[in-house]
Amino acid sequence: MRPPRRTSPGFSRRAQFGLFAAYVAAVAGVVIGLALVVAARVDPRGFALIRGAAIDAIAPLSAAGRSLVERVSGIDDALYAYVAAGTQNRALRAENMLARRRLIAARGLERENRRLRALLRLAEHTPDRVATARIVGSTASGSHRLATLTAGSLNGVRPGHPVRAPEGLVGRVLETGATAARVLLLADTDSSVPVLIVRNGQPALASGRGDGRLTIRPLVPGPAPFRRGDVALTSGTGGLYPPGIPVAVVDKVDRDGALAWPLADPARLDFVMVEPAFAPPLPPPAPPLAPPAAAPR
Amino acid sequence: MPPSADLPRVPLRTRMTPAASVLAASLLAALPVIATAAVLPPFGLLALLAWRLLRPELWPVWAALPFGLFDDLVSGQPLGSGMASWTCVFLAIDRLDRRFPQRGWRFDWWIAAAASIFVLVAGMLAAALPLTMVPTILPQIAITILAFPAVSRTVAALDRWRLKR
Repeated sequence: MRPPRRTSPGFSRRAQFGLFAAYVAAVAGVVIGLALVVAARVDPRGFALIRGAAIDAIAPLSAAGRSLVERVSGIDDALYAYVAAGTQNRALRAENMLARRRLIAARGLERENRRLRALLRLAEHTPDRVATARIVGSTASGSHRLATLTAGSLNGVRPGHPVRAPEGLVGRVLETGATAARVLLLADTDSSVPVLIVRNGQPALASGRGDGRLTIRPLVPGPAPFRRGDVALTSGTGGLYPPGIPVAVVDKVDRDGALAWPLADPARLDFVMVEPAFAPPLPPPAPPLAPPAAAPR
Repeated sequence: MPPSADLPRVPLRTRMTPAASVLAASLLAALPVIATAAVLPPFGLLALLAWRLLRPELWPVWAALPFGLFDDLVSGQPLGSGMASWTCVFLAIDRLDRRFPQRGWRFDWWIAAAASIFVLVAGMLAAALPLTMVPTILPQIAITILAFPAVSRTVAALDRWRLKR
């Protein structure tokens, strides 16, 4: 038997009024929700306190299960490695030979580089680290690609700080709680990173597509200067990301750009580094104009 | 209607299971899976829909507001998007209840599918993404629609457990 419907309150005045009040509350709630969305659009940093507290609250939950997931998601790699051991061995041997030769050349270059730097008295840019933290989860059901980080404003993490892993750039901090923060991943559609192509130094812009890949567009008009396998590094333009961090590798070249995969796969990351926002040194201020020596006339 | 004094007290389990299960389903967004594409269905919404379609008299129509707010906070969506879209869904289901008081289970699935599509697209718009991005959430929409029967079964099992004496 179907239960009686709430929509027929009968003759009770009180029940009728209660039903009406529920509708009023619901419609008012929809209006308030829409107002909140608009407010968030106008001022994305609004409600930072509430949102920060929510991040803090769910980060430990994610952290608890993370090690288990890491173990499970590694299984396919292990199986594949077993099957492909023979061919992989041969390929690795060849690669090793090549790498050894390159290493010797690189050592020479390094020495030369150090000497030239000393000549130029250039200080090496060593970014100081804000925090080292774990990536413990992401919002797999939301429409933004965000990951949860186990370091927050107590550790010095601020919105806008770039986040990187040994493999490459991960993204930047979007909002922070006291002990956890949300990271906007490179693959998000709101993320765009100024890069340059290692092979030819062409400047480009890498922006997320929302499906895990990045679109790389050249900044200068003309035929796309990309090739499959090209690596893109951050260029440091814009002052947010420090230069020289690997970002992505080009997978497919199309008419007006290229599709690329981020080098740091967020699903495989464990520890990441939060760095302070990079601001290129400002040029020295222009010398003030000499005061007029004498009043004219 | 407030429970009268002469009625026997309803055990806590019976009263709290629906709300607790919806909140827990929302928390599934905190699963330690790091995804670069939207792959998981919005479990909180699915659980809420399943309860609403199974037990229409359980909640007043504004009940979607607090659930939506909680889901927004947990999932990192803009605050208010879940509140507004979930409540719109509840209002629509209320209308449907009046139009089609006798429904089959398949019709409920259609309703859940339409509601999921509406909420996912509305969530995208709330996050200031253009409509041209809809193809990237098509897999998520498909997963969500296919996941509804499983969630609905789980909710039905919970309902049986909740009302067990």
